[in-house]
Amino acid sequence: MRDFAEIWGYLAQGPLVWLTATLVAYIAGDTLSKAANRAPLANPVLIAVALLAGMLWASDTPYPVYFEGAQFVHFLLGPATVALALPLHANLDQVRRSALPLAAALIAGSVTAIASVILTARALGIEGVTLISLVPKSTTAPVAIGISESLGGSPTLTAVLVLLTGVTGAIVATPLLNLLRIRDWRARGFAVGVAAHGLGTARALQVNPTAGAFAGIGMGLNAMLTALIAPALLRLFQ
Amino acid sequence: MIHALTIILCCQLVGEAISRTLLLPVPGPVLGMAILLVLCATVPGLADRLRPTTTGILANLSLLFVPAGVGVVGHLNTFGAEGPALAVAVIVSTIAAISAGALAFVAVAKLTGRKNA
Repeated sequence: MRDFAEIWGYLAQGPLVWLTATLVAYIAGDTLSKAANRAPLANPVLIAVALLAGMLWASDTPYPVYFEGAQFVHFLLGPATVALALPLHANLDQVRRSALPLAAALIAGSVTAIASVILTARALGIEGVTLISLVPKSTTAPVAIGISESLGGSPTLTAVLVLLTGVTGAIVATPLLNLLRIRDWRARGFAVGVAAHGLGTARALQVNPTAGAFAGIGMGLNAMLTALIAPALLRLFQ
Repeated sequence: MIHALTIILCCQLVGEAISRTLLLPVPGPVLGMAILLVLCATVPGLADRLRPTTTGILANLSLLFVPAGVGVVGHLNTFGAEGPALAVAVIVSTIAAISAGALAFVAVAKLTGRKNA
């Protein structure tokens, strides 16, 4: 019988270990989230990430080695974004009927996301490249990275801030919208999609199908709007 | 399932090609979503054939953010002294943006709803 180190050395070279670990960690996170009645703080992504970060640390595995396995999951983000067309299609009549509220919510949410992050960060003493990297934080990662680059920010820092925004949105959305007494699933979903992109959309899909469809629209529209207005808003508030 | 996945990947591929060729600020997958929406609206029965696959993917959308999330953990210490300020800015701004968007939606829906009624 071979010893453990030898088997581990063989397995750790291929993508199998970390692909499996990613799925197992997510199932664990999802199970805990379900057990907690989908409480916002028991976010399945947060739990899975914490578990995997612990495993990487304990096994002294560098992130690129982990990603070799996890890239297959990561790749599906693109097809999943395309797949959001289906809930959108199912709700097309509702979307058409709420064109004006959607436009208002898009502009209000998008401008607030950009302006409020610049003003808050500046008040807390953040300047320069770090401040610029914050600007596109509410848009979906590939767009945010592109915007950050064109404005002169740091794409890596932006990628991190985008994820933090998504997790924040997924956690605060339900209690915040309950507090504001907003019961319209269209409004709830759309606002979360605009402010917290795909992670917000994932949360909205978990809570209500209509909210999920509108979150997907919010995410897509805000990606376009932020790309258009971010340079002007940065100049205005910087 | 393979047919559905192929259609989805084709939409993404076309979206990506358009986005790169025309140097659009919109990413390929978002354009792909628009293309698939148009297809579903024009080809009868397409949505019904795709639904089992897309429902499966979207039901576990959260999973797809896990690999990138793990990458973030490694970067947390690079924030250094600016970390707490960045966290506060992100949280305050996310709360403000969700509130502004949802309140604007409800306000305008009320206004236009009355006009239609």
